Amino acid sequence: MHLALFLVFGIVCVAGAVNLLIQSHPIQSALSLIVVMASLAVEYLLLGAEFVAAVQVIVYAGAIMVLFVFVIMLLNAGEEERSQGSHIALLLGLPSLLLVGVLLAWSVTHHATDSVRVGSLYGDPRTIGKLLFTQYLLPFEITSLLILIAIMGAVVLASKPEVTPVGPASGLTTGKEK
Amino acid sequence: MSFWIYTLVAVIKIALMLFVLLTAVAYIVWLERKVVGRIQNRWGPTRVGPFGLLQPAADGIKFILKEDLTPPHVYKPIFIAAPIIAVVFALTSIALIPFGNSVHILGYDIPLQITDVNTGLLIVLGITSMGVYGIALAGWSSNNKYSMLGSLRASAQMISYEISLGLSLIGVLVLAGTFSLRDIVQSQGGHFPGYIPHWNIFRGQIVAFFIYLTSAYAETNRIPFDLPEAETELVAGYHTEYSAMKFAMFFMAEYANMVTVACLATLLFLGGWNGPIFGPPLLQVLLPVLWFFLKVFVFIFIYIWVRGTMPRFRYDQLMAFGWKFLLPLALANLIITAFVVAVRA
Repeated sequence: MHLALFLVFGIVCVAGAVNLLIQSHPIQSALSLIVVMASLAVEYLLLGAEFVAAVQVIVYAGAIMVLFVFVIMLLNAGEEERSQGSHIALLLGLPSLLLVGVLLAWSVTHHATDSVRVGSLYGDPRTIGKLLFTQYLLPFEITSLLILIAIMGAVVLASKPEVTPVGPASGLTTGKEK
Repeated sequence: MSFWIYTLVAVIKIALMLFVLLTAVAYIVWLERKVVGRIQNRWGPTRVGPFGLLQPAADGIKFILKEDLTPPHVYKPIFIAAPIIAVVFALTSIALIPFGNSVHILGYDIPLQITDVNTGLLIVLGITSMGVYGIALAGWSSNNKYSMLGSLRASAQMISYEISLGLSLIGVLVLAGTFSLRDIVQSQGGHFPGYIPHWNIFRGQIVAFFIYLTSAYAETNRIPFDLPEAETELVAGYHTEYSAMKFAMFFMAEYANMVTVACLATLLFLGGWNGPIFGPPLLQVLLPVLWFFLKVFVFIFIYIWVRGTMPRFRYDQLMAFGWKFLLPLALANLIITAFVVAVRA
């Protein structure tokens, strides 16, 4: 039963990811990304990582994607126009696709014995909390510092530039540059 | 319990809960019209049935029979999907709400809850945070400035107040030491000396309770924070272009969210189904469920009461209140609670 659900949501996840690339309208791409995030959360849940699943939904599907949709709505982005495709993308993309495929195939075939079984993870919030505050304290604190810097950067960027009493034309341009 | 019996029990529970929830939604609308009517010194619905009790049925029939208009300038796939998204997420979150202890039927021990997950609270928060999409997409796909403004307001408001709402709950989680809604209720059993119940609201979480209550009003877009649908400025906000059953779906989603929020408040702050239990065995099974529904009803009534008495905030006031007052207060409450728990341990 769990394996069947795992496969179904795996297929939904991949289909969402493919749809994300195919769709030409940004809002539909964003919605496909939400489908990917949500089905990933179900996969985590089926693996036994309930806390990670809940956080995946709250943070990625709930908060971050709302901001994506928000930006698309505010910019009123329309349908994207199809270009002829660039040669650089083909030249770099095909070898990297091949490389990733080979790597994936190699890791699946060589490490299949110690793969994670459905429901085998034990990711309850207590264990994760203990690990975060003991073994992984340093990366945890560094991440929080990184987020703090990002927040401060956002505040600085969003704050209105100080109005400097210069000439009318130059005042306008400096305001825009900031 | 075999797989088939388990599935059968689950299906029966889901059907029952959905029936109760949708009936509750219909009659909360009736209650709101009645109570707000009396607050404003009018009668409210009186014509359909005794005390207007059949009014929800009449409204339902009207919603189904009305013409379902789709304006020509909308972005159709998302215009149709948006009310479905809103109502689906609003109805899903009830699956994790426990409303009583377990009952013994035919030798099986059946918990009064559709599903018990040990991160229940987080999943409820996750599902409710997904509900924003219904509103955001409705406004965007309507291709109308009023709808757009309404949905932008709703999204910004819901994201802002979700933070203080979440933080106000962490104090309760620190006291209970678990995410499971069932265990949180069980941790509030019994009473202090002097018959004060051992509910979280009496265990120092009263500030958190008011933060939760205020944020919950903003989350469900209710007065005094109903700016997304402020009639005087935005016609009807994000559902301006919707008619018939699609409009009714937004309505249902809003009221179902109110019920969920009231259930969560009951479970987390007011001791869930804990209350005096006495009498014969049947009564002992039914009383906890009755206490639970009674507490939820009190919340719903406060919702309606506030709607009848409070004016609407201005939008900048709403944002300033959320970020500059509620959020620091919630943080302070969390730090003090954590400190007290740490000192006691």
